[in-house]
Parts: sequence; structure tokens; C-alpha cells
Amino acid sequence: MTPFVSLTERDEQAMLDAIGVASVEELFRDVPEGVRLGRELALPPALSEQEIVAHLEELAALNVPTGRELSFLGAGIYDHYVPAVVDSVLQRGELLTAYTPYQPELSQGVLQAIFEYQTAICELTGMDVSNASGYDGTTVAADACYVAKHATGRSKVVVTEATNPQVRQVVKTYAPGFALEVVEVPHRGGVTDPEEVAAAAQDAACVLFQHPNFFGCLEPAPELAAAANDAEALAVAHVDPLSLGVLEAPGRYGCALAIGEGQAAGNHQSFGGPHYGFLAAKSEFIRRMPGRIVGETVDAAGERGYVLTLQTREQHIRREKATSNITTNQTLLALGGLVYLSWLGPQGLRELGETCMALAQHAKTRLEEAGLEPTFSGKATFKEFAVRVGRNAGDAIRDARARGVHPGYALGRDYPGLDDALLVAVTEKRTPADIDRLVEVLAR
Amino acid sequence: MKLIYEKSQAGRTGYTLPRHDLPRAEVPEALRRGDPPRLPELAEPELVRHFTELSTRNFGIDTGFYPLGSCTMKYNPRVNERLAALPGFRDLHPLQEEDGAQGALALMWHLQEALIEIAGLHACSLQPAAGSQGELTGLMLMRAYFAERGEDERRRKIVIPDTAHGTNPASVTMAGYELTPVKTDPRGNIDVEDLRARVDEHTAGLMLTNPSTLGLFDEHIEEIAKVFHDVGALMYYDGANLNAVCGISRPGDMGFDIVHINLHKTFSQPHGGGGPGGGPIVVRERLEPYLPAPQVIRDVDDFFLDYDRPKSIGKVRGFTGPFGVFVRSYAFIRMWGPELRCMSEIAVLNANYLLARLRDAYDLPYDRLCMHEFVVSARRLKREHGATALDVAKRLMDYGFHPPTVYFPLVVPEALMIEPTETEPKEILDEFCDAMLAIAREAADSPELLKEAPHDRPVKRLDEVRAAKRAIVRYRFEDHPDVGDGPVEPRQLEAQKGA
Ligand SMILES: Cc1ncc(COP(=O)(O)O)c(C=O)c1O
Repeated sequence: MTPFVSLTERDEQAMLDAIGVASVEELFRDVPEGVRLGRELALPPALSEQEIVAHLEELAALNVPTGRELSFLGAGIYDHYVPAVVDSVLQRGELLTAYTPYQPELSQGVLQAIFEYQTAICELTGMDVSNASGYDGTTVAADACYVAKHATGRSKVVVTEATNPQVRQVVKTYAPGFALEVVEVPHRGGVTDPEEVAAAAQDAACVLFQHPNFFGCLEPAPELAAAANDAEALAVAHVDPLSLGVLEAPGRYGCALAIGEGQAAGNHQSFGGPHYGFLAAKSEFIRRMPGRIVGETVDAAGERGYVLTLQTREQHIRREKATSNITTNQTLLALGGLVYLSWLGPQGLRELGETCMALAQHAKTRLEEAGLEPTFSGKATFKEFAVRVGRNAGDAIRDARARGVHPGYALGRDYPGLDDALLVAVTEKRTPADIDRLVEVLAR
Repeated sequence: MKLIYEKSQAGRTGYTLPRHDLPRAEVPEALRRGDPPRLPELAEPELVRHFTELSTRNFGIDTGFYPLGSCTMKYNPRVNERLAALPGFRDLHPLQEEDGAQGALALMWHLQEALIEIAGLHACSLQPAAGSQGELTGLMLMRAYFAERGEDERRRKIVIPDTAHGTNPASVTMAGYELTPVKTDPRGNIDVEDLRARVDEHTAGLMLTNPSTLGLFDEHIEEIAKVFHDVGALMYYDGANLNAVCGISRPGDMGFDIVHINLHKTFSQPHGGGGPGGGPIVVRERLEPYLPAPQVIRDVDDFFLDYDRPKSIGKVRGFTGPFGVFVRSYAFIRMWGPELRCMSEIAVLNANYLLARLRDAYDLPYDRLCMHEFVVSARRLKREHGATALDVAKRLMDYGFHPPTVYFPLVVPEALMIEPTETEPKEILDEFCDAMLAIAREAADSPELLKEAPHDRPVKRLDEVRAAKRAIVRYRFEDHPDVGDGPVEPRQLEAQKGA
């Protein structure tokens, strides 16, 4: 049983004859004896389609997805609704099973879609140029630091502590290779102090901050950007795409780059991936951008068309001098983002942001009424907020889950001293009744 | 075809959202959005038509033969799509507690075990998002390994053959290493004499694709391994060509210490017009302590995420990697089982069959049997008739095929790099060869057929030089510049297209 292949014995014989060898074995004559496996691979026996479906359905049933539990878990990946049109477009075989659009005459579909995606990201962020996607919301942060290093010739990057811990970890993992030093600016009661950023930004290549930050709090983003700009460091905002119907675009308050995790906009949670990271910049950085970029041009007949462009930045041409090593990116997921943002439109995006904010505000109020203090009092938030559960948040999560509610993320995992803080995310998929249930399981 | 923004009508909407009777939450004035983003405004029917029309202007492996060398464009099993969409996988939050993610962790652990066996090594991290990121991660592991031995200052060099993919040297720079190039010998192997002269106590390691990007298995691989191991350096295997050797020869058996595997090539993750992919790395025991955190581990029947890894290089990507990709690749491996060897055998048979049929009409730079792919040159067509590899590629479109990779690897002028994979039937291979042979004749008889190709695509050849010069990289609405005035002489880059 050989799945997915068409070879018959007759074909095989005819092909061997044409090649002029007696056996398939002979085709491998260049492989030295000493490096051959010489036995069968020790893998479990082959399964039929029906059996693999049964096997994976069994594994899937061991998981507790959103839907089997009332979930308020966020912390970077969110349970937003993904409309049916997204899934159906992404299952079109011509798009799903294509490679990178190297041959534009056969790839106008994907190329135009990426051009439209780049436009959507620029519109959201107020930037001039977007790449075709990065791996996720963490790696685009490392990419942004690399852009900043080369643009400024400086070797220090400043990252706010209120930025997603995984983003900070990835930046720190990449930093030694980039010969970059990473300096963190602590948060003060859930937000970042622009004066501290101003001090840290001296001689820095960039200042990277998340807004809304990891705690869900709105940062004084324009002031953070100004602090960076005063020191001639690039301001890099890590933003939630779904916040940008209600929050100002980073390009309008002095940021050089805007980056983020795209999952919330059109991708399923899928245990952490695949998703897309977006990276957009002001036009002056266009030739330092990492990754694919699609541009508009004309064909021989004078008709409009799209191609991969500015390729002299890229590894296949510049090799060791490239702006990045990225090749395979996350185009299909970014396409999901485009379909989703087109479904929402500007009005839907704003309404969605307002809905999430109102629900989150309602949850905050109801929890407070039940005696649970906000961790960071008096701070404006978007769709996520931290609340003090009066004991170790991990314990609170365990008890709530025993009652069918996943109440959020224990901030103490990343922030020592915040052991009683629970990070609660409220998307449009939650209802006021769901929030009543959350309050019920958290109140003691 | 219009852009979606050009179909937009102010005030038109396609979304529906639940509404609640709750007080508004206000954004502080200073942070509030000014002008709304100009996203498209369409109702759902037109939205679906737009993307359906785009799909008809695209070519995937579902459309036809796609012998894009180095990219392993094989059939992507439909069942994998159904599996990745199971709610237990698709709607699982990555921070779900371990007891609520046992199925996902088990799948990842079993995939790791399978990749470890296929690579012939000892430990696996699924975290890297693609091959390129696997490369960078692997180089970071080398640095961590040598740092612990106090040798990082001294070992600054990574050896890479001139046939290597561009990601290899790019990764070297990003990891803070320096590049030492090594030449290819007349049989298409690494030039071992040149290599010996370049490898010394300053060498951290080698990065090699084997079979190489020429589709040739390096006949001196054992000798090469000895050169590196003798000076205490490490060997990195770029797994882009693993489809040639599954169950036949394992990178670990060849002497490699670190391997990345492109799940979107060998293990059938659809490439989605550019991604997603997956680039797990598999390593020898002594590199295990440095792998990214967390690691998926098993304790009897329970699975855990191990964050307690003091020597780890850290994280290279969010969470534990692109899980949806793992579902598809795991299913693919389980459906083949130990017979994966047959998969590679058929891939190699198909490639050699094409090579046998094309070797007289095109130049063969290295006269050997090939592995899962091969490279021929159109230099004779160019010299005699002025037809380039790019012209051949464009003319293939008229015959209904996606072209091979062209202008790569760089050591072969006018390169056409052809990879059929195991999933093509003989009839398709024959039709493709017939087309390639016909094109070689056309180059002599009516070269304009090649020069003007493709003839029946939605667009003709595009002016790539103009695209780079104008750098129109987003729609500018009422300020959008005109495309130009009438027909142009489209200037294309004779640079790598594919791989
Ligand atoms: C030989 C080779 N090495 C490395 C890569 C990079 O892999 P990825 O595209 O998964 O990043 C590719 C393909 O793009 C390749 O063909």
C-alpha cells in the first residue's frame, strides 16, 4: 500500500529501461555503503486514511479546546470568531498548494492578494510598506531590531518589560548573533514611564513597546515613541491588529515600525500556530525590510500586474549580506488575515474593538463588585486586564477549570511578585452571561 | 482584474457581530484612532467572488505538475486538512494547561520520535517555523555548544559550498558567524582538497545539503565528516532534500550533528503560496541541552512541556511551533509508516527518468545518476539560439506546466532545476518531457515562441525592473499612480526563481 503515488510495476520497468539500470536500488549507487541505514525505518506500521482519522480524532478528544471550556485565556493568542469565508478561501487548492510566487504569470492570484494584504496592514498601522508576513509576533520583533541596528548603526535595543514575555525571549535569543545588547525598562503599575524610556533610549537602535501591553493596559504610546525619537532611536510598536479600529495607528504618533501577531485577525488558535507576524515600516526603511514584498508593475501589453520585488534585499541574491534569511513565510495565514479584515471592513473593525472593550470593562466591573481588585488600578485597558484573585493565580485557575471555566493566564509565571494576578481576556465570543459565570467561579 | 479596494463602496458592510446592551468603554482621547483604516467595504457575496477569481489566477500542485526544484512540490493529502481542522486541535489555546492538551503534546512527542528516527539522531525541537529558522537555530546551538567549551571566541567560521541555498550564508551572518566558501569539484561533490585547506581550529562547522542542490549525493561524505570531526567542528544538515533519502541514508549516519527538516517539503504541509512551513531540528545527544525551550517530554503515559532547561539557547518562536503543520506531517508519516523508503525511491526513480529523457536536448553539467532532482543547463540554447533558461520556463507555462527552479544553483549557468517528486504519474512525466523537447526544437525553429511566452496567462511577462524602481508596494487610493502608458519591453531579472 503506497499512498498518493501512481507508479505501477509496468511503469517502473519502462522507466528503469529508459534510464538504463536494472533496479531502483542501482539508482542509489552513489550513496556509500558506510552511510546506509541497511534496515527498515523503525516507525509504526502504515495506517489507512480511515485509521489515521480515527487515531487523530482520539488524540484531539484528549484536548480541551475553547468550546469545551468557557475560556478567558489570551496572553497573545485569542479566541476571536473566524468567519466561514476565511476557511473556505484558504481551502482553494490553487492558493493552498502553490509555492512562493516566483513565476508571476502563474501566480497573479497570490501576488495580488499579498499586495492587498500589504495595503491592509499599512492602513491599519499608518505605515508605508509592509512585508508579505513574518513567522509570528515574536520573530518580527527580532526582525525589527535587526532593521534598527542597521538603520542606526547602534548596538543596543530597549524593550519594555510590559511587552509579551515570549517576544522578549525571542529578541534575547537572536540578540547575540546580531551583536545587540537588550535593555529592559520595567513597568510602573502596569504601564511604562516615558521618562525611564527616554533615559534608556540614549544610544539605542530602537525602543520596542507593546500597546496595548501584555497586561492589556493602554500605554502612553505617543510619549514612548517621542522618548525614542528624541534619542534618535527608532520607535517600534507591537500592536494588536484588532485594536486598530479604536486605537491610533502607530504611524500617526511617530513610530518607525509597527509589528505584531496577526492571529487575532483571522487565524484559529491551533495550539500556537501556524499564524502570521506582520511587520510594516515608514518608507525610508523599505530597502532594509526583511522578507518578501510584492510590488505593482506592468506587463508586456501595458496591463497592471504584480511581482515579488526589491529582491536585492533577499538571501537568494544578497546571500550573506541579506537583510534576513527568511524564505518560507506565512502567506496563507496572512491571506486569512486579508479575508478577515475585508469581511470586517473599517466599520466592523471599530465595532469589534468597541464590543471587546465594553465586554472587558463589564467583566472588570463585575469582578470588582464581587470583591476582586484590578491588579493595576485606574489603568485603561483594551480587551484584556489583570485582576487580583486573592491567592495564587495558578490555584484559582485549577479550581475554576474544575468547574468548566478557564479564567485566564497566571501572570506570576513571567512576573515575580504578581503571583495573585490573573490575566483575563474577553473577546466578542464571550457574552454577559459567560462573564457572570466567570465571576461566580472566581468570587470566594 | 480590480483590486479589492477598487470594488469597495463606502458604507457597504459584510460582517455580522453580536450586540450587547452594555455601557461603552471609552478610549482616552490621546490614544483614540483618528482616520479609520481604509479597509475594503464589501458584502460577503462579492468578497467570495473576489478571492475565487484570485484563485483562478493562480497555479498550485492541485492545478498541475510543479517541478520546482528544491521545493518538493508533492501532492498534499486532503485528509490532512480535515485533521488539522478538528476542533480539538484547531481551537486549542497554546497556553492551555498540560492536562488539557495531552492529545496535542502526545502528537508532538510522537512526531519528534519519528523525525529522530528518520534523521538518525537523538533529540528534536519542533519550534523553528521554517527551514531558514531551523538553520539559524542550529547555528545558535553551535555557538552555545562551543561557548560552554570556551571555544566560541576562536571558532568563528562556518564552511558552506558554493552550491548552497542563499539562506545558508544569510543564516551564518545572522548568527554572528563568518562564511568560508568551499568549491565544488568536477563531479559535483565538495572539493575535498579545497575543503582541507579551509578547515582548521577556527572552524565551528559545516552547513551542507546532501544530496546537494545539484541533486547529487556527495560521494565523499564520510571523508568530509572526518575532516570536520577531526578538528572538533560540528556538521549541519540542510534537510531541504530529505525527500531523496528517507529510510535509505540518514543524516546522523552520514556524520551530521544537527539537521533541519522542512515539513512543507518532505512531509506534505501545503506551502500556501509562500508558507506556512515547519523547520524542526534534530540533534545529536551532546547538543540536546541547548535546544530551545520548552521541550515536549514524556513520563510514562503523560506528556509535559519542560521549561527547566538552563543551558537552552532560549526561544526562537512563540509557544511550541506551528502545531497545525505538525498534525499534517504526523498524519503523512503515519500513513506511509516504514514504507517511507518507497516514497524516496519513487521520487528518485521519477527524477532519473526525466533526466534520461532530457539529457540530450539540454546540457548536463555533471554526468551522473541523480537523486530526487537534477539540474540541466540551457546554455547551449542560449549560445546557439539566444533562448535563456527563463524563456524555457515561460514557454513551459504554455504547455500547462509550472516551470522548474531557474538560475539556481549559482554554479550552473542557465540552470533549470527539476524535481518531480514521487506523486507524479508516468504520463505526466512524459508529457513534461515532450514539452521540454518540443521547446528545445522551438528554440531553434521559432525562438519568438519562447521569447513571447507565456501566451495565454492572465498577464504577459512583467517588468520586474520597473517594479523595483517604482516600489509601488501598496494601493494608494485616490493618489494611486497610473500603471503606465501602453506596451513595454518587460525587463526581468535573470536571477533565481524558485527554491
Ligand atoms: C536547499 C534549501 N535550503 C534551505 C531552504 C530554506 O527553507 P525554508 O523555505 O523552509 O525556510 C530551502 C527552501 O526554501 C532550500 O531549498
